[in-house]
Amino acid sequence: MAYKRNIDRLPIIPAGAKEHNVTCHYCIVGCGYKAYTWPLKKQGTTDSNWIGEDLSKQQGAETEAWYAPSMYNVVKQNGQDVHLVIKPDVNCVVNSGLGSVRGARMAENRRSDITGTQAQRLTEPMVWRYGTWQPTSWDDALDLVARVTARVIDKDDENDLYVSMFDHGGSAGGYENTWGTGKLYFGSMKVKHCRIHNRPAYNSEVHSTRDMGVDELNYSYSDYQVADTIMLVGTNPMECQTNLFLNHMVKGMQNGAKVIVVDPRRTVTVDSCEQVAGAENVLHLAIATGSDLALFNTLFTYIADQGWVDADFITNSTFQGDVAVPEDAAHPASLGSFEAARAACKMSVADGAAITGLTEAQIIQTAEWIAKPKDDGSRRKTVTGYEKGIIWGNDNYRVIGALVNIGLSTGNIGREGGGVCRLGGHQEGYFRPSDAHVGRPAPYIDQLIIAGGGKVHHIWANDHYKTTLNAAEFKRVYNRRTNMVKEAMDARAGATREELVDAIVSAINAGGIFSVNVDIIHSQIGQAAHVILPAVESGEMNLTSMNGERRLRLVEKYMDAPGSAQPDCIIAARLANHLERVLREEGRAEYADQFKGFDWQTEEDAFMDGYNSGNREVTYERLRAAGNDGVQEPVRGYENGALVGTPRLYEDGVFTRHGREDGKALFCMGSWRGLQAPGKAQQQANHRFLINNGRANLNWQNWFLDQKNDFVMDRFPVPFIQINPEDMADLGLKPGDMVEVYNDVGATQALVYPEPTARRNETFMIFGAPNGTQGNVINAGTNELILPNYKQTWANIRKISDATPAAARVSYKSWEVEL
Amino acid sequence: MKCNRLVDVGRRQFLRGGVLGVAGAAAATVMPAGQAQAQTARAMLDYPSTKLANIADLKVNEPMDIGYPDAESPGILLKLGTAVEGGAGPDGDIVAYSVLCPHKGFYMSYHAADKTLNCPGHFSRFDCEKGGQQIWGHATQNLPQFALRVDDKGDIYAEGADELIYGRLSNVLQG
Repeated sequence: MAYKRNIDRLPIIPAGAKEHNVTCHYCIVGCGYKAYTWPLKKQGTTDSNWIGEDLSKQQGAETEAWYAPSMYNVVKQNGQDVHLVIKPDVNCVVNSGLGSVRGARMAENRRSDITGTQAQRLTEPMVWRYGTWQPTSWDDALDLVARVTARVIDKDDENDLYVSMFDHGGSAGGYENTWGTGKLYFGSMKVKHCRIHNRPAYNSEVHSTRDMGVDELNYSYSDYQVADTIMLVGTNPMECQTNLFLNHMVKGMQNGAKVIVVDPRRTVTVDSCEQVAGAENVLHLAIATGSDLALFNTLFTYIADQGWVDADFITNSTFQGDVAVPEDAAHPASLGSFEAARAACKMSVADGAAITGLTEAQIIQTAEWIAKPKDDGSRRKTVTGYEKGIIWGNDNYRVIGALVNIGLSTGNIGREGGGVCRLGGHQEGYFRPSDAHVGRPAPYIDQLIIAGGGKVHHIWANDHYKTTLNAAEFKRVYNRRTNMVKEAMDARAGATREELVDAIVSAINAGGIFSVNVDIIHSQIGQAAHVILPAVESGEMNLTSMNGERRLRLVEKYMDAPGSAQPDCIIAARLANHLERVLREEGRAEYADQFKGFDWQTEEDAFMDGYNSGNREVTYERLRAAGNDGVQEPVRGYENGALVGTPRLYEDGVFTRHGREDGKALFCMGSWRGLQAPGKAQQQANHRFLINNGRANLNWQNWFLDQKNDFVMDRFPVPFIQINPEDMADLGLKPGDMVEVYNDVGATQALVYPEPTARRNETFMIFGAPNGTQGNVINAGTNELILPNYKQTWANIRKISDATPAAARVSYKSWEVEL
Repeated sequence: MKCNRLVDVGRRQFLRGGVLGVAGAAAATVMPAGQAQAQTARAMLDYPSTKLANIADLKVNEPMDIGYPDAESPGILLKLGTAVEGGAGPDGDIVAYSVLCPHKGFYMSYHAADKTLNCPGHFSRFDCEKGGQQIWGHATQNLPQFALRVDDKGDIYAEGADELIYGRLSNVLQG
């Protein structure tokens, strides 16, 4: 039987309940919600309640006067137990009252001592002591971290400190927290060996579009509603940006937009587009995996040859000449003028069809839908969204550049109904000192650690064990190196702090690594940690972030932190305080002085010290007033009591993201070169199945909490792999069977889910699962700028078990709606 | 044909407490609203025991429209044809569900070919053979299933629900 809560009534929100602005902290769309809190022994009634409706009656579809059990919890607020309801905000322009299967469970996924939810949340600092983790005070834990760290760093010599730190908004990220860690590691220190939460280096995922002058978030979501064509590349927004799809893309289709979906797999998005727009208005280009660059270069060539370009825009807003930036170690393709790119990227329709596996007619129809002028001669407005299918796919730099080439040449950037934008993962929330010292290409941190690099490792909400490539080897080495330190600590049980630090440093110098883990839960890499520091999330602190259309909002704190957990910015500040103190004690006064400036007591202090220093108009008070619609960045001023934002970038035709003074956009001159990353072609040749991989609706961006959520784990107790039923028959597999996926770099496990629309020998496995790490079978190959290539992975599959009782219970029916 | 793609106006009207009653044979068998709304101060909700149909009225894989716990809460009663966990009746194959999508309350339609309930609003779908498990969708709960009892005469009674029904903060409406 499916999981049921057996909750058949809920407390009613009373009139006068406290109301807080909340932006969902899971995905980049950032849907608006309202959090209501009220005292535990109070409740509304059917005729006297928060909304003034008669709740003794059945409410209609899309009502504001209902909330699900998943939207309810009991939490602490200022030390008191209170009721909490977090429900979608009907007045927020982003989602208009829609809640996703993730965001509409925010309340249920809060820690509660009363209802027992999310007991996995960390509440106190812990230190490895007596062979396990022992709870301790912040001062004790941070003193140990500071003393060990101080032993491996010195002024202008910080390369033995490795740092893994999130750079995103939402969740536990945001402007406050990226500034906290940024000021510590890039201000007080100049840490070079660092990486970001989901990839093994400190780099942009979209270097090429930025080098071309085009920020990757340049439109407004409303552009989808007025576009003639919506082009979606390597992205699955019905599942991963759900309410962007339902509240904006669907409206665009209802207004007549055609849709192009480039994806080797028939996703739920394809089916939903067909439901809304009619199959005749949807082109699904099921290309051969990794052939996107050939497709885009063919489209670019064909569109230019037909003259379907915006000549005035090209003349006025793009670089005139030949090559502006030559190809080199930091630029995997040259950048230059439209004509130079046209020459470099030239590809015939016949060649494009052969490489992608599409028909020539499909390619030509795609070009027409993108750019063929309408009967009255006016240009088509085409908006393009892309994400991990190409970001984590073959030849990242050139592919994204080629896609932006099409947008630029057709004048579809900076115009209503246009834009070429990534759809994104987390929200954004980046404000840090310059990272120029990191260099480009950035160091490949995970491979350096495997090779013995690093002595102290500070980890801020990263879990390499679940989300890195070459994960099997990384885990083997990291366990060994951290165990060396644990054994050294165990051997000195009862020693003084000074003796303990000496023992740790000896183990480090023998090849060990000292691991400090800052997170909200005891993560998988956290099992290797020596010090664990508990952080908080959005809503347990005030937090600012911006969404995929640069919409900046403040989430108002509505509940207390679990135990003594702290915002990351405050943890960074206290760590800086301890480092300063220890360095001063050690007589290193000049170096200690670099750690001044961290006297923040609240997250607002960090916000004012960081974000506000570059955006003087923006304060908490003004963001509170701006509510769930917030303001779209960049903020240009404050007029008539409201912040003034920028709905769409580059409307003046001046492109700035590359920093060029002429304001001219550049085209990318990246020709097709097959599977670019090392080892991919060989892996393809030696294994039967493509192991395409990505996210799914239910647990996208929230699996770290959902691993303890019964509703979610009941549906997919083990990560699934979708396989064509005929391939299943070949392998003797039944739905729900457990298989091992194995290749030259590792192995992992998954639950078999039959998928009739999957092509033969092409599977899709869910990424980032806590119990079946897909990264185990991803080889170490990256592009020149250390962007991981997850998507092009091949392996073999064998059955290892019949369905477990949990797996045998669940539904294996098609995801496609039948109306 | 995609005859159910749009929510038809009549059903919407029904959901808004309008003039239409519950369709089908069950219409005459639901409890009067007054009884369903009886309020008590006990710890658990008192659900009405409502006769929905007799087994003889059911045809395999043809859902019957019902209202439970009251006429304002539409559902289906269904004889699946094969026994399922939680199925009632001598063959263990009779189930009943709310048909309001727990995401946004749209009225779902039954797809007999794979025994699913499908939402025209945002395309969620639920498996009638797996206790109403959401196969794919936006709802944050599985479908409310009605507890059934079948007596010696083959009369089928609904006597409870296992999730909160969309559009009401108490499954048994209370004044």
